[in-house]
Amino acid sequence: MGAYLTRRVLLMVLTLFGMSVLIFVMLRLVPGNIADILVDSAGIADPKEKAKIARELGLDRPIFDQYLQWIGGLVRGDLGFAYVSERPAIEEIAPRIPISAKLAGLALFFSVILGVPLGVISAVRQNSAIDYLLRIISLSGLSLPSFWLGLLILMASVQWFGMIPIYTNEPRSFIDEMLLLSIPAAAVGFRSSALIMRLTRSSMLEVLRQDYIRTARSKGASQTTVNYVHALRNALLPVVTIIGIEAAFLVGGLIVTETVFNIPGVARFLVEAILWRDYPIVQNLVMLIAFCVVVVNFLVDMAYMALDPRIKYAD
Amino acid sequence: MRNRLAIIAGGLVAAVVLSAPAFAQKQGGTLRVSHRDNPPSASIHEEATISVNMPFMSVFNNLVFFDPKEKINSPDKIVPELAESWSWNDNKTKLTFKLRSGVKWHDGKPFSSKDVKCTWDALSGADDKQEIIRKNPRKVWYKNLKEVTTNGDNEVTFTLEREQPSFLSMLAAGYSPVYPCHVEARVMRSKPIGTGPFKVADFKRNEAIKLVRNPDYWRKGRPYLDAIEFKIVPNRSTRVLGFVAGEFDLTFDSDITFPLLKDVKGQKADAICEARPTNVHSNLLVNRDAPPFDNPKLREALVYSLDRSPFSDILAQGNDLRGATMLPPPAGVWGMTQDELQKLPGFGPDIEKNREVARGLMKELGYGPDKPLKIKVATRNIAIYRDPAVILIDQLKQIYIDAELEPIDTTIWYNKIQQKNYQVGLNLTGAGLDDPDGVFYENFYSTSDRNYTAYKNPEIDKMIDEQSAETDVSKRKVLVSKIEQALLKDAARPPITHGVANTCWAPAVKNLVLQHNSIYNGWRLEDVWLDK
Repeated sequence: MGAYLTRRVLLMVLTLFGMSVLIFVMLRLVPGNIADILVDSAGIADPKEKAKIARELGLDRPIFDQYLQWIGGLVRGDLGFAYVSERPAIEEIAPRIPISAKLAGLALFFSVILGVPLGVISAVRQNSAIDYLLRIISLSGLSLPSFWLGLLILMASVQWFGMIPIYTNEPRSFIDEMLLLSIPAAAVGFRSSALIMRLTRSSMLEVLRQDYIRTARSKGASQTTVNYVHALRNALLPVVTIIGIEAAFLVGGLIVTETVFNIPGVARFLVEAILWRDYPIVQNLVMLIAFCVVVVNFLVDMAYMALDPRIKYAD
Repeated sequence: MRNRLAIIAGGLVAAVVLSAPAFAQKQGGTLRVSHRDNPPSASIHEEATISVNMPFMSVFNNLVFFDPKEKINSPDKIVPELAESWSWNDNKTKLTFKLRSGVKWHDGKPFSSKDVKCTWDALSGADDKQEIIRKNPRKVWYKNLKEVTTNGDNEVTFTLEREQPSFLSMLAAGYSPVYPCHVEARVMRSKPIGTGPFKVADFKRNEAIKLVRNPDYWRKGRPYLDAIEFKIVPNRSTRVLGFVAGEFDLTFDSDITFPLLKDVKGQKADAICEARPTNVHSNLLVNRDAPPFDNPKLREALVYSLDRSPFSDILAQGNDLRGATMLPPPAGVWGMTQDELQKLPGFGPDIEKNREVARGLMKELGYGPDKPLKIKVATRNIAIYRDPAVILIDQLKQIYIDAELEPIDTTIWYNKIQQKNYQVGLNLTGAGLDDPDGVFYENFYSTSDRNYTAYKNPEIDKMIDEQSAETDVSKRKVLVSKIEQALLKDAARPPITHGVANTCWAPAVKNLVLQHNSIYNGWRLEDVWLDK
C-alpha cells in the first residue's frame, strides 16, 4: 500500500507537470495576447503601443524563460501579477475560490442527496408509476441546459415573489450565503443528480439480480436491509466514479450558473481571464482545477477500497 | 420616420421638464447601477468605451464641461469646471484658463496648473516621459496643440498651431478629464485619483465598482448621493430582471433595446425609460488595399446596395436613425438633414433604383446572377455586430455578391482589421463627442491611431483641416457635408444606421439628465439625488 501511494503521488506530480506544459503552450497558441487585446480595447491599431505593452509585461521574452518564471513562482507560492487588474494574481484568485467551492460543494451535495436515494427508489419500484415519474424527471434533468433553468428560476422569482436571487451584495452570514447559493446550486446540480439517479438505478437493478441478494432474501433479511445494506453498497462503485467525474464537470456548469446568477466565483472569472488572455490568472486557475481533479480521482480510488473490501491496491 | 422624430422630441420635452430646478433634493443614499461588463481599466484617457466612462466619469473633473443640465452637447453650452473662466487671444490661438483654487485631489494633494500641463503633455505626445497614461487612443484630438504653459499655480494656457473652434468642445468632453501628475498610470487604471464628486472606494473586477462621496468636493453641497455602486452583471437578462425586481435603480446606459423595453414597462410600470440616440453608428469597413475591393467601382457598388430601413426595422423596431457619419438632427448638431441625406450616394429613397446602379457596376466588372462575387463579411462575434452583418449579407445578394459571415473573436477584432486581414467588415463606431473634429480626425485622418482601417486620403485630410479651422458655423457645416459626401463616394466606412436605445431608472432617481448626442458625456452624477 505504501509503495502504491508513493507511485500515485508521483503520477499526480507528473500529470500536473504535463498539464502545466499543455496549459502554457495552448494559451499561447490561441490568437492574440494581452497586448493585442489591451490595444484593441481602446480601438487603436498602433504596433508601437502594442510592443511597449508586450515589453512591459515580459511577453517579448523567450517562451521557455516565461515558462520557467511561472513554474518557479508557482513552486515558491508566487502566482505573479494579473495583467488586466495589475494586482497580485493571488489577491484576485483567492477570494473567489471559497465562493465557487461552496457553490460546487452544495451542487454536488444536492446531486448526491437527490440522485442516490431517488435512483434506489426507482430501481426498487421498477416499472411502477413512481419509477416512470422519476425517469421522466431524470430525463428532463439531462435535457435542460443549466443556463436556461437558471433564467427560468430568476424569471419565476421576479414574477411571483418580486425578488431576484442574485449575488448583488455580499451575504451577511454563512447561513445567508448558503441560502443564496442554494438556488443556483440546485440549478447546476439538477443535471448531475439526474445522471447519478439513472446510474444508481441501473447499477441497483443489476445488483438486485445477483445470487447473493437472492440468498440474503431467502435467509429472511428485510427488504430494507437487502436494498440498503447488501445491494446499495455494491451498486455504489460506478456511482462513486461518476460522482468523481461530475465533480470535475461541475466547473463547466458553474461558468454558466455564475454568469446567470451573477456570482463572483472563480469559474466566471476564469472565462473572463481567458477572453483577456490574462495568462497568470488562467494558468494558475487551470492548474488549480487540474490539481482538484487529480485529488478527487485519487480520493475516488481510495473510496473503492472503503466500499469494497475485496479491492486491494498491490505494492 | 415620424415615430423616430416623435421619440427624440418626446425625450427632449421630458428633458426640459426633468431638468427644471428641483427644490427638495435629499442628501444621502446609494445609487445602484447595473454594469454590462468588466471595464478594461478605470483610466478614461486610455480607453474608448462607455464601460469606463459611465462608472468613472464622476471621479474626475474637466477644465470645462458640457452643461450637464442640457440634453444636447454644443459649443455654446459649455460651463466651467476646474477652470473658473477662460479667454482667447485675438487670433484665437491661445486659450487661457483661470483655475479654481483650493481644489484637492482625492489623496489630499492640491490641484494646480502643473496637473493640467502634464495631462495634455501626455495626451498630445509632447512629453513621452509622462507616466500618467500607457495607451493614448485620442492623441489625434490634440494634433493642433502646440504647447501648454503655466503661469503660477492657477493659470494655464493652451497654444494652438492654428485657430480651432472645436478645441474647447474637445476639452469639455467626457473623455477629457484632468489627471494628477503625481499618480502613476497603473494606479489610474485600477483605483484612480481625481478631483471629482466621488472617490473610488473599490474596483473589484467581475464584481463591482464602488464610489463614495468626496466630502472635500470643491462644489459645496454636492454630490447629493453618499455612494454609487455599479454591479457588474454580464448577462443582460439577469441585469434587466434585476432592474425589474428593484435590485438596481438605474440600468446600464442604453442597455434596454426596443424589444426589451416592452418587457421592462410591462413588469415595472413605474420605470422611467428614455430613448435617445447613442451616437454609435453601424458602418461597413471595406479593405481597399487588396482585391477585389481595391477596385473603386466595386466599393461604389457596395455603397449603392444598402437599404437602411430593414436594419432599423428588424433590430430597433424602426427607431434607429438614418444618417451619414455625423449624427443627424435634431439630436445631432452637425449631421445632415433627411433632405440633404437623400442627395448622398445610396441614400436615395428609391432603393430599387440605387440597386440598379449597383448591379450595373457589378455587371461592368463581369459579375452577375450566374457569376456572383464570393466574399466574407467579417464582424465581431457579438450579437450587436453579428445581427446587422446577417442583414447586410442578405442585401448584398441583391447585387450579385454571395457573402459568408466570418465571426471574429471580439478581442482580436481591431487587430485583424489593422492587419488588413478582411474583405468587408461590419463595424460600430461611437462618437465621444458630437463634433466634426472629434469624429473626422479620430476615424479618417491619416495619422490617427484610431483610423484602424488605415484610410489615407490627402484630399480628405486637407478637407478635415479646413473645416477644423473654419470659425463660421454655417460655413463649417457646408464643409462637413462635403466631407461626408467625399467619404461616402470613396466608400470610407459607409454608414448604415445610427443607434437609438433606452436607459431606464426607478422613479426615486431624480435629476438624471441624459445627453442626447453622446452617451460618453454627462455621467458626473453630482446633481442626482434619491427620493427614498
